[in-house]
Amino acid sequence: MATSDTTNPDRRDFLYIATGAVGAVAVGAMAVPLIDQMNASADTLAVAQIRVDISQVPAGQQITVLWRGKPVFIRHRTEMDIEEAEAVEWEGLRDPQPDSARVKEGHPEWLVMVGVCTHLGCVPLADRGEYDGWFCPCHGSHYDTSGRIRKGPAPLNLPVPEWVFVEDSDNNIIEIG
Amino acid sequence: MSHESTYQPGTGIEKWLDARLPIVRLAHDSFSAFPTPKNLNYWYTFGGILTFCLIVQIVTGITLAMHYTANVDLAFGSVEHIMRDVNFGWLLRYVHAVGASMFFLAVYVHMFRGMYYGSYKGPRELLWMLGCVILLLMIITGFMGYVLVWGQMSFWGATVITNIFTAIPVIGTPIQEWLVGGFAVSNPTLTRFFALHYLLPFVIFGIVLLHVWALHVTGNNNPTGIEVKGPQDTVPFNPYYTVKDAFGLVLFMLVFAAFVFYAPNALGHPDNYIPADPMVTPPHIVPEWYLLPFYAILRSITFDIWFLSAKLLGVIAMAASIIVLFLLPWLDTSKVKSLRYRPMLRPFFFLFILVCIGLGWVGAESPDTVVFAVGNFEFLMVHLGLTLTSAYFIFFLIILPLVGVIETPSAMPASIHESVLKGRAHAAPAE
Amino acid sequence: MSLTIRTGTIIAALATALSFGSAFAATDSEHPHTPHEGWSFSGVFGHYEPVTLQRGYMVFESVCASCHSLEYIAYRNMAEPGGPGFTMDQVRAIAAQHQVPAGPNEFGETVDEYGMPLTRTGIPADAIPSPFPNVEAARAANGGRLPPDLSLMAKARHNGPSYIYSLLTGYEEAPEDVEMQPGTHYNPYFPGHQIGMAAPLYEGAVEYPDGTEATVEQMAYDVANFLMWAAEPKLEKRKRMGFQVMLFLLFLAGLLYWSYRQVWADVEH
Repeated sequence: MATSDTTNPDRRDFLYIATGAVGAVAVGAMAVPLIDQMNASADTLAVAQIRVDISQVPAGQQITVLWRGKPVFIRHRTEMDIEEAEAVEWEGLRDPQPDSARVKEGHPEWLVMVGVCTHLGCVPLADRGEYDGWFCPCHGSHYDTSGRIRKGPAPLNLPVPEWVFVEDSDNNIIEIG
Repeated sequence: MSHESTYQPGTGIEKWLDARLPIVRLAHDSFSAFPTPKNLNYWYTFGGILTFCLIVQIVTGITLAMHYTANVDLAFGSVEHIMRDVNFGWLLRYVHAVGASMFFLAVYVHMFRGMYYGSYKGPRELLWMLGCVILLLMIITGFMGYVLVWGQMSFWGATVITNIFTAIPVIGTPIQEWLVGGFAVSNPTLTRFFALHYLLPFVIFGIVLLHVWALHVTGNNNPTGIEVKGPQDTVPFNPYYTVKDAFGLVLFMLVFAAFVFYAPNALGHPDNYIPADPMVTPPHIVPEWYLLPFYAILRSITFDIWFLSAKLLGVIAMAASIIVLFLLPWLDTSKVKSLRYRPMLRPFFFLFILVCIGLGWVGAESPDTVVFAVGNFEFLMVHLGLTLTSAYFIFFLIILPLVGVIETPSAMPASIHESVLKGRAHAAPAE
Repeated sequence: MSLTIRTGTIIAALATALSFGSAFAATDSEHPHTPHEGWSFSGVFGHYEPVTLQRGYMVFESVCASCHSLEYIAYRNMAEPGGPGFTMDQVRAIAAQHQVPAGPNEFGETVDEYGMPLTRTGIPADAIPSPFPNVEAARAANGGRLPPDLSLMAKARHNGPSYIYSLLTGYEEAPEDVEMQPGTHYNPYFPGHQIGMAAPLYEGAVEYPDGTEATVEQMAYDVANFLMWAAEPKLEKRKRMGFQVMLFLLFLAGLLYWSYRQVWADVEH
């Protein structure tokens, strides 16, 4: 493949630059698997969504499930819980949020929250505390019947994860995540 | 290094760095300006290829170690977890497994190159011996890595090889039990092999630095075996050999990729997809292909001599087959480096390569397989193994010293420069 | 190309060919044969046929799963690309048809009133449950022999898929001069020719929903394909990536060769 390209420096330089660029692409492409392998693997992602049968949870009771390594409270609220939660003047709260933003429209009886105190991560206790909701024994945070922080050091309300009622399950099964 | 540094720091930052830690100067002098013989052929790209292989093994190895569990109950499953669930895990695993084979393929080519061109001769004896150390460390690392899968071959290969220490009289069994961490290959063996398998590649890396340093003290050998006489014999390493090494590397990567993507298990053994079972021995225990010649030598001696058992003699022979490599610079008595100009030794060298390949074949076969039969006499694999083992040692201990003394070398060019001038016939046809 | 490079290449090719050995000569079993339609997953453009894999799963489920586990396959794997191609809903339904081992209940019990291990309904994330709680139970139910897990069988034997296919279609009467051990059956493809498993497939053992005739050859072909997928679920991705990588490397090699010729153009070497 003898050519006289040596007499044309532009063509020669273009070749070298092109080669270098393609080489750089190769190195970049090799980086993709090396970095992606640290992302969550398929088995971890498989349990990133869980389905829970809530049909056996009576009103006034709560079940706790493990989701993405953390406890999730699923509370079947009573009428009283709901009224108390809706009556609060939420605009003045530390983390202002109306109760309606924390539940599904038409189904305020189901409250789903990640049971991890937003202060330093302990698991709050149910049916305790001065606001009839949850109480975190580690540093004394009180949450109300909507899971909102009312007293104590926690900065935010108990987080509500993404969740839905599963289609065709008669609202008996929810999917979290 | 005998060369003047030609590095000129340009920017302010370069000058600042150069006054405090001249690594850019070192890199420039060693890998950019370094005067390299201008007649190096493609066999000389394998050094760079080996560096690539080491880096690939370390990088894929570290990522695999993020997902692997070194416990006898969990190891096999963790490898399957990598293959099935970890993002690109299958790719990392196959690259690492095939990479080990490619690493050894490259190191054997690299060593045969060194033997052909006499690169082990003075003043490069230490360079060669450092290379032998690297080979030894590679063998140990590769062996331990294969055990980590905890398949049938992993377990039984580990059992067979750690058992060879019991051949040593008196202290053999205590040594074996110390190595293995118990009475048989078990969890302590696995966990320590994992720790050492992670460690040794970095030791290899250190020895590679010494190896390249030693090379830069003497300068490269070249296909004529005639030392560099002046700048007319050399070109700067960059861009001449950076581009040639890169091209050679990409060709190597094509072979590598062909195996990884289209035949990833061709170089392995199906039995290693069976979880280890200490109660069931596979019909044939074989190591990976790159260890087969040594395995053949180990098994080749089947008779006792005096108070030395056949088992111990096999162990000694296998150790000797590696030790003899260290002694190569002194076993070869010829002053002429390159086999291009050594017509008497050259056919022995090619025969030696065939002996090594033959030993590899013998290592894979059952010892009592018949190679050929003449009348009632059956020449078995075990006989062939002994024959080839003898040939291996005869080459090093008899042929090399003898031929160096009685050989008349053919006419050599006056210099590297002269040997590459157009219109001048090469002295030997074997290129 | 220089003589040395040619010689080197020939030596390398020889070494490669010889060093793999003849695994089959040693195990005295008949060489497996591929089915006449070949394997869709072999070769540079190898791929799986989802319909075949779905049929293969059906065979595994109905015939093999009563004795063999498939521990490295989870139900969700069957909805992943490059496999049987079930939808997530179908996979959820399949999983729900199975009971998987469950942990201790609220009373700390691990077995029910009959002493059987506690179970719960399967979800997609669950691995396909083993038919036996442990190795000892598997042996006890099979005359002391252990039906091996099949997740990797296609890679754990030389020519795995062909071995599986040949084995399943290869049962025959023992020759007169062979003395069969009690409880074994003659199969020329099994090392030693005496296998503990009776011929598991018979005509019409399974009713395929797509109407395919369930001959022994068909079922063996489908389940061999399925087991190949179970052993190598990433095969399609691997070969597709391989094609892209090889093309890219060839292109880069071309560029580098051209650069090499340019750099060395005015140096005699």
